[in-house]
Amino acid sequence: MTDFLNALVALTNFVIVPGMAYGAQLALGALGVTLIYGILRFSNFAHGDTMAFGAMATIFITWTFQAWGISFGPLPTAILALPFAIMITALVLLGTDRVVYRFYRRQKSDPVILVIVSMGVMFIMNGIVRFMIGVGDIRFSDGERFIISARDFKAATGLKEGLAIKTTQGITIVTAIIVVAILFWFLNKTRTGKSMRAFSDNEDLALLSGINPERVVMVTWIIVGALATVAGTLYGLDKSFKPFVYLQLLLPIFAAAIVGGLGNPLGAIVGGFIIAFAEVTITYPLKKVLGYLLPESLEPDGLVQLLSTDYKFAVSFVILLIVLLVKPTGIFKGQSV
Amino acid sequence: MSEPFLIGDTMTGGYGKGPDILHDCTIAVNPGEIAVIVGPNGAGKSTAMKAVFGMLEVRTGSVRLDGEDITSLSPQDRVIKGMGFVPQVRNIFTSLTVEENLEMGAFIRKDDFKDTMAQVYDLFPILKEKRLQAAGELSGGQRQQVAVGRALMTQPKVLMLDEPTAGVSPIVMDELFDRIIEVARTGIPILMVEQNARQALEIADKGYVLVQGRNAHTGTGKELLADEEVRRSFLGG
Ligand SMILES: Nc1ncnc2c1ncn2[C@@H]1O[C@H](COP(=O)(O)OP(=O)(O)OP(=O)(O)O)[C@@H](O)[C@H]1O
Ligand SMILES: [Mg+2]
Repeated sequence: MTDFLNALVALTNFVIVPGMAYGAQLALGALGVTLIYGILRFSNFAHGDTMAFGAMATIFITWTFQAWGISFGPLPTAILALPFAIMITALVLLGTDRVVYRFYRRQKSDPVILVIVSMGVMFIMNGIVRFMIGVGDIRFSDGERFIISARDFKAATGLKEGLAIKTTQGITIVTAIIVVAILFWFLNKTRTGKSMRAFSDNEDLALLSGINPERVVMVTWIIVGALATVAGTLYGLDKSFKPFVYLQLLLPIFAAAIVGGLGNPLGAIVGGFIIAFAEVTITYPLKKVLGYLLPESLEPDGLVQLLSTDYKFAVSFVILLIVLLVKPTGIFKGQSV
Repeated sequence: MSEPFLIGDTMTGGYGKGPDILHDCTIAVNPGEIAVIVGPNGAGKSTAMKAVFGMLEVRTGSVRLDGEDITSLSPQDRVIKGMGFVPQVRNIFTSLTVEENLEMGAFIRKDDFKDTMAQVYDLFPILKEKRLQAAGELSGGQRQQVAVGRALMTQPKVLMLDEPTAGVSPIVMDELFDRIIEVARTGIPILMVEQNARQALEIADKGYVLVQGRNAHTGTGKELLADEEVRRSFLGG
């Protein structure tokens, strides 16, 4: 029995909790990608770097607050900085739309051209972020480090395995739930939200109904700015902030959006968790968990790590390939790629 | 004769930079009447409707609404002027519920549109039953009702329907025609394209036969039904 509990705790500690936090971060990122795809009808390669930009804005404001002696008690100061960073990022996105994307929208350019344009935006944003904050690792999480620490958990339960939940992991999950709830309320209950769904569903008919496309586009960028900033900040809090990491996040984020069904918000969330859990499970050495569960004779010799963490992006890639081959519209019926 | 309520007058035009599809084509509807456009596939019926709604460039000729020249207005502005249009294809929001489809129809309205929605539900009771279902999950006939209902939500001064009975069974078709007549009785002029030429011309005050983008025959519904040549070529005897 204790063996079983130990196995369960080990699994929760090393797979489930990190998987949930990572899944929430991917889901928020994928929501941004899927909204852009559904409404502006292109795959936004600049989204990873938009997340980096949003996180950078949060960090600068956090530093300012810290310099002024403002803190958020046991929670990271970054949470206080978030709303301001969202505003800045949204303004930058609206500016980018005004000087870059709007031109191509007026030309009625092919989506593939917009994709390439977004790659240009990606490089510029990436450059700006590196120029402003540097390329190194930045930790900006302050406040209480753990909600439950491994030692306290062991002391309380008497188990051999410890369960640690970092504050940043708890915050990630709670924030993600709040943000997703607000987003779905907005899309399903408000007039503007419904008009965005209508525009995504049938652009011509939306125009015939008197829905103003420029307004839909504007609101979309603001929401995407908020999602990207929250996702980027949560990821940076949980791990650390490093501009290039966000570029690499693009693959799992796109995989999540496509697996769930591009253009489908619910799909983006499910996709995010699928990718996150696949990645964490496949790259985690399961020896410890199996050691508790299996009789001595069957105990594995190796680490039972299916894939080294260096190759974690291969997981997204393979899942992406399978989905594109078997069900190109994703799990929920999204637009086909 | 007095000026029609809505007229696409001697319109010539085509899609984008493509060739002309309409050639001096005229379609119009008088206040309180039903005008029907019939003709073979590819005759340019839908194109004529889109031209009247400002969805393609009218190179020569004009479109007038209640005496006002609206040739250069965008489709959105025509909606605000009181024109309602149900296109032939992709005429509903499939992923939105029936009720949300109606709400989007009323998007430009700032006032309370509950009454109009109740009227639409009275007209199409099945929609009330299915109001929380995604419109894409409805049958063909029910979808057409959603499409017409959506266009009615603006309380248009004139309604344009492109093949409202496409793909529905004869019984539902009769039913839809009855509903359309009901709408017309409330005083909304209706300009509609129909594939079921005989039934449509029977309820039409005015009929247009288009062939290759040109007006081939024009007359009251009865005249066209009685016309020997129209019967032979378009009504199958
Ligand atoms: N979007 C478009 N772009 C270019 N050409 C088009 C477009 N839509 C229709 N056409 C062309 O215009 C001509 C008339 O088409 P239209 O759709 O108006 O016919 P219709 O009379 O409505 O036919 P149907 O009875 O089949 O609906 C056709 O030759 C068609 O190929
Ligand atoms: Mg047609």
